[in-house]
Amino acid sequence: MKNLLSAGQITRELFKEIYSSALSVRKALREGRKKFSALRGKCVVNLFFEPSTRTRSSFEKAGKFLSADVINISTSVSSVKKGESLVDTVKNLDMMHPDVIVLRHPCEGAPHFAQKFVRAAVVNAGDGRHQHPTQALLDCATLTEHFGSLEGKRITILGDIANSRVARSDAILLKELGAEVFIYGPSPMMPRVPEALGVKKLNSFEEVREVSDAVILLRIQLERQNAKKTFPSIREYAELFGINRKRLKELRPETVILHPGPFNRGVEITGEVAYGDRSLIFPQVEMGLAVRMVVLSLLCGRLEKLKEEIQ
Amino acid sequence: MRLLIRGALVVDPSQKVEGKREVLIENGRVVKLAERIDKTEASEVIDADGLVLTPGFIDLHSHLREPGQEWKEDIESGSNAAVAGGITSVCCMANTEPVNDNPSITRYIIERAQEVGLCDVFPVGAITKGLKGEELAEIGLMVKAGIVAISDDGETPKDSKVLRNAMDYARSLGIPVFTHSEDKTLSAGGHMNEGYLSSLLGIPGMPKEAEEIGTIRDLVIAKLTGAHIHVCHVSTKGALKAIEEAKRAGVRATCEITPHHFTLTEEAVRDFNTNAKMCPPLRDEEDLKACKEALKSGLADAIATDHAPHSEDEKSVEFCGAPFGIIGFQTLLPLSLNLVRDGYLTLSQMVEKLSTNPARIIGKRDIGTLKEGARANITLFDPDEEYTLTPELILSKSKNTPFLGRKLQGRVKFTIYNGKIVYKS
Repeated sequence: MKNLLSAGQITRELFKEIYSSALSVRKALREGRKKFSALRGKCVVNLFFEPSTRTRSSFEKAGKFLSADVINISTSVSSVKKGESLVDTVKNLDMMHPDVIVLRHPCEGAPHFAQKFVRAAVVNAGDGRHQHPTQALLDCATLTEHFGSLEGKRITILGDIANSRVARSDAILLKELGAEVFIYGPSPMMPRVPEALGVKKLNSFEEVREVSDAVILLRIQLERQNAKKTFPSIREYAELFGINRKRLKELRPETVILHPGPFNRGVEITGEVAYGDRSLIFPQVEMGLAVRMVVLSLLCGRLEKLKEEIQ
Repeated sequence: MRLLIRGALVVDPSQKVEGKREVLIENGRVVKLAERIDKTEASEVIDADGLVLTPGFIDLHSHLREPGQEWKEDIESGSNAAVAGGITSVCCMANTEPVNDNPSITRYIIERAQEVGLCDVFPVGAITKGLKGEELAEIGLMVKAGIVAISDDGETPKDSKVLRNAMDYARSLGIPVFTHSEDKTLSAGGHMNEGYLSSLLGIPGMPKEAEEIGTIRDLVIAKLTGAHIHVCHVSTKGALKAIEEAKRAGVRATCEITPHHFTLTEEAVRDFNTNAKMCPPLRDEEDLKACKEALKSGLADAIATDHAPHSEDEKSVEFCGAPFGIIGFQTLLPLSLNLVRDGYLTLSQMVEKLSTNPARIIGKRDIGTLKEGARANITLFDPDEEYTLTPELILSKSKNTPFLGRKLQGRVKFTIYNGKIVYKS
């Protein structure tokens, strides 16, 4: 695999490989080991055309823990503001011999387009509303660890599905791993053809309760809500679609909650629920780091080296 | 000079001719069309065995980009590409810079085209000043200067009162109103068809219903005013149904379909190909079929290219950043011939859509026909020749077409304009 652009590239077998490696990496991290040499001499460029804290720092730490040289470029400091095109930016970066370019961009398909012009491996760290494959990996890894297996599990993604790359990525990989996937949220936030994602639309919270072994909440992207909002008010969203203590109780007791972060406290989730014992939100973050370390090693052809190192 | 063309299969629906005929041309006019013409009457002879001879194609919808955007195309490069596609008359939209909303710009375009001298360029004037949808442009003066229709292209006035006034006025002046029918409040922010693929890719969609609503509104205003409405680049089953009903109810409505809308579906943008991004967008199988059926039944009057050149620099960007539009002059014939090969159209019906009907829609009597006395605008093509579309073959300044690299069948061999050979391959 040269690039990681879409969750659709990840087969069951590949997931298994990444998952088991990620667990070993995480174990090593938990044991306090923070420096590995798997990517010594390799260079990772984080090229972010959208604001990001979690994903960017996760890729940055992943690279640094592996001893790669990491360069971070975000739009506010790059020449993009001077009107340089995406092609020219990535082509120029590529001439500096990076091994991996981690790209986040607001346009769907931007990494698919950019990879045509570079020699470095490209990791899609989020392209508009389209894909965010490492998020799918970390969500599925977190859920696999929790359930043992995703086979036959029923997972609901709740929120602004139409605008969510997390939903599109998760749905595809969850299905690949044998789960059944449902979506729920305000109707204007649903995609026109849910079947395109292989998901079923639920029509009430009661249905969510009935089917869900886990609920993946999505962040309400306030920045994508312009004058033509797809919901009337934050208060109304929180009341009808947010997960608070009361709502959590309505769900089955074994149902767990995930959220890709950053969460809007009191909107899609209350702090109490996020920090509660049925939340996997913080384990997700830790798993994200481990998964990204594995992905970077894989794309640099150094996964075996990493595995040897952590044994 | 008296030019005789012999050996061709002549297809001229205006006189219900489809058979071996010989054509004699003198002083830029057709002087004789007969089964046999004595060779001694001619000073030059073209042997056209195996070729099809038709009245020159008339493209109702194009963008020549001059004045103002000459890096994309200009009247000279556009004319060259048009005649290479067998097109001898090109209607060009008003969205130039400055906009063609006054007689000076209209005259400039016509004079430039005459200097180039390869084909007719018929400007379409703006409906409103600056295409802003507010104040009516000087439509009457532009008609005197030579426009054949009015249109605000992609910006059909949202204000129904403005459109009503324009249609009333156009009716009184005897010209059609070309509409890009779309409710832009519904399709705002979209970059492709809304449906299966947009749901999968996450690219904001343009619902079919936006086109349907726009079409219905524009047809209703045409009915109110009695104007001749020509609905451009119809792409959905729903819009076609609305046009069918309007025609049945006596509205003076005509419409066109582009080759890309009867050839491709949204699948062409799956890999984020910006050369398959246009407005209206490529739709799905159901709509594709409806477009072909509409051409077959005669509901769709014309095939038009919506030739919209954009430079490689503009198109070689991420999908959402790319402008809408593709070029179409040189793929018009081979793609239309596919409909003949697939049994949707007879050769004669194809020529109706490419020449006879377009002439009628813009009210021109001396083109779109090979009747004696008509202007000698003629296309001669080999319907069977196969070739691959390469950038080198494209004479437009811009190469933005999803058909690059495709096998095409059917090639223009000669294009004759006012009796002169303006293209030969």
